[in-house]
Amino acid sequence: MAAQHDWLTEHGDFLYRFALARLRDPHLAEDAVQDTLLAAMQNQGFAGKSAPRTWLTGILKHKIIDIIRKQSREQVVEDLGEDLPDEAGMDDFFADDQRHWADKPQAWGAPQDELEQKQFLQVLQECMNRLPTKLAQLFMLREVHETDNEEICKELDISTTNAWVMLYRARMNLRKCLELNWLGS
Amino acid sequence: MLSCKQASQLISQSLDRRLSLRERFALRLHLLICDVCERFRQQLLLLRDMVHKLRSHAEQDADVQLTAAARQRIAARLEHSPKPESGGY
Repeated sequence: MAAQHDWLTEHGDFLYRFALARLRDPHLAEDAVQDTLLAAMQNQGFAGKSAPRTWLTGILKHKIIDIIRKQSREQVVEDLGEDLPDEAGMDDFFADDQRHWADKPQAWGAPQDELEQKQFLQVLQECMNRLPTKLAQLFMLREVHETDNEEICKELDISTTNAWVMLYRARMNLRKCLELNWLGS
Repeated sequence: MLSCKQASQLISQSLDRRLSLRERFALRLHLLICDVCERFRQQLLLLRDMVHKLRSHAEQDADVQLTAAARQRIAARLEHSPKPESGGY
């Protein structure tokens, strides 16, 4: 019988990093690893169909989505919920005629070398941390977890249109935050 | 003719769904004449690219490990969970 302790020893850190990169919370990442190993123990019938790590990662992906979904249910409905007109909060970016940029995206250089990229990623991480929770969750699911839109809407119980609107807001905010905080060459 | 606002929305949505032929055409037309929206588009693409880089860096950061305490908690939890009925083999 495959020993679950071996899984923990051999793949624990790998799974933990994988989860932390997507959940950004050490406690939640630990939960995800634990849930994954528990589920794996209960279901050992994979019988070498794939490498243990691949198999465990597959389980972990689902556990991460479960955790995000649970989180989003527990949240108090924030001001970015379903009930807002889709223009709210975005007015500042556009002129009064609601057609042209009021706040024109400025040029910033893409990071040129490794050092610049490191700095850029730091700024990006901080900008992501500053996103409102709900937007951050959705953005993480979409861009970090690369969940497709249909599944996102099912998991978070929002409409497709709303997902687009929220992702748009998340990107607008992140872009602006990068513009303000990243001084590219 | 698309406004910059509409164009920026379509640019964002093009990352989430396949735009219709009509939308793609309208967007392309707008981007031909609007440098600001074209810049916006490139920045969103860079953003996506960088988010993926951030993820792979986080995944490969060998300094990030389960703490000994976390490892013990998980081990204890696994110890006390019911064994699978079939026993595996």
